[in-house]
Amino acid sequence: MSARRIFARPARLAAIAPYLWMVLFFLVPFGFVLKISLSQTAIAQPPYMPVFDVTEGRAALAAAFAQLSFDNFRLLLQDNLYILSYLRSLVVAVTSTLILLLIGYPIAYGMARLPQRWQGVAMMLVIVPFWTSFLIRIYAWINILQHDGLLNQILLALHLVSAPVVWLSTDSAMYLGIVYSYLPFMILPLYATLSKQDGSLLEAAGDLGASPLRAFWLVTFPLSLPGVGAGALLCFIPIVGEFVIPDLLAGSNSLMIGQTLWLEFFTNKDWPVASAAAVALLLLLVPPLVLYDRLQRRQLGTNG
Amino acid sequence: MARTVTRLTRFNMTSLALGLAFLYLPIVILVIYSFNASRLVTVWGGWSLRWYHEFFNDRAMLEAAWMSLSVAAVSATLATLLGTLAAVGLARGERFRGRALFSGMLYSPLVMPEVISGLSLLLLFVALNAERGFWTVTIAHTTLTMCFVTVVVQSRLSALDRSLEEAAMDLGCDPVRAFLMVTLPLIVPAIVAGWMLAFTLSLDDVVIASFTTGPGSATLPIRIYSEVRLGVKPEINAICTLVIALIAVIIVVASFASKLSSSQGESAAPL
Repeated sequence: MSARRIFARPARLAAIAPYLWMVLFFLVPFGFVLKISLSQTAIAQPPYMPVFDVTEGRAALAAAFAQLSFDNFRLLLQDNLYILSYLRSLVVAVTSTLILLLIGYPIAYGMARLPQRWQGVAMMLVIVPFWTSFLIRIYAWINILQHDGLLNQILLALHLVSAPVVWLSTDSAMYLGIVYSYLPFMILPLYATLSKQDGSLLEAAGDLGASPLRAFWLVTFPLSLPGVGAGALLCFIPIVGEFVIPDLLAGSNSLMIGQTLWLEFFTNKDWPVASAAAVALLLLLVPPLVLYDRLQRRQLGTNG
Repeated sequence: MARTVTRLTRFNMTSLALGLAFLYLPIVILVIYSFNASRLVTVWGGWSLRWYHEFFNDRAMLEAAWMSLSVAAVSATLATLLGTLAAVGLARGERFRGRALFSGMLYSPLVMPEVISGLSLLLLFVALNAERGFWTVTIAHTTLTMCFVTVVVQSRLSALDRSLEEAAMDLGCDPVRAFLMVTLPLIVPAIVAGWMLAFTLSLDDVVIASFTTGPGSATLPIRIYSEVRLGVKPEINAICTLVIALIAVIIVVASFASKLSSSQGESAAPL
């Protein structure tokens, strides 16, 4: 038996504790979300009717299954509020991802073309904001964007506007916040693929008569597509369910699905509907999640 | 890696400079405003430590800060332990039953919208009849951050030269001993970086904590968040600056750790 094989057994044993932890605190909770999404709302604590109790045996289980209700999902489909907030989430996520790509690509490209010793520094500079509190960075923008904030002061001083512009509680502020928060997630995968590219390919394209722009479009960009995909998914998936940024920066007249879920849960105390919204959001995210999982595993080069 | 194109065109420099300015300017402005003597956030009234005084006399804020720091410390430690074990299982366990499920469970929380993770954990805690407070938030944060630790440590393990372990075992070490004496010292920098990342992520979270905490035990981000919803307050600027300072210290330590890590091999941490 090779050393590698002997090593594998204790390594698998090591995985038991985290495996159980993730099953208990990641997988099982989804079961509860599903269960409660199928139950009826009740004015009680907790505010839902019990659906089934495994301890009561099979007969009780069968009786309970008969009572399962799809009312909450029906409500999601019938009430415009939910459909509109789903659509808005998708629109916001797609738009933000495209803006992120447009801004992130030139930055990642610039990083990859830096002299080697500066690349590490640039990468560090892009990662640091990711470590800095996300809430604080959104708050920093509120400081700047508010009615008498820095931005309006500058615009007024430069006589670019005659009266303070309303920036907060607008979609532009929300997009700004999203782009600002997710930019490192877009830059890093892009940089990872761009910096691995062989420069001689571009030289070859140049020798064969391609203009730099054409060479970029025909060589660099197609080769960077895995990075584009990874960056786009890494941004798109969490943005769909984003709550804090739209809540603090966007207006309250149209909500994203994360906000609707929050509202149902904390304000209306309607746990079943909130759970149904979570299930629906999750269904929406399954295809991109699977895609992301595949990319991630390929990137880490594991054989699972 | 062949690299012949390291030309710095004006376009490259501009996009890089603008990008970094965009990332950093708001934070710099926030820090400067935290030393503003004026109560009006936007009117400059000279330098002052007034808002720091205010924070250190604000019992509720201090309690929230203490709660956040202890949750972050405990959950980061648990997450580092579990995440490292998971990374070892994934990087060295070869093929085993349920491996795809395992890695799926570990990678999806990295991008899973926080409202879903928060809601699902809360429903679990309610079903278990657990009293909500310190421990429920800690468990929730451990679950989220151990995935980040796993990714960081696993990428380090995959980049490691496995012949070192094999040599140790050829020389008579059993696998556990080979791991403790050879592998572990080599991945310590990644483990340290993982702990730091877990700590800052926990210190930052507002959504999952809002779902999983109970009445009377708010974390610092929850308090900041509810204050921010009411508008900008100079005291919040001061608190944010303190958090940024704390995180800056952590980043310096973590970057030393990863420098150590990269001097011993290729650093492949994706985050």
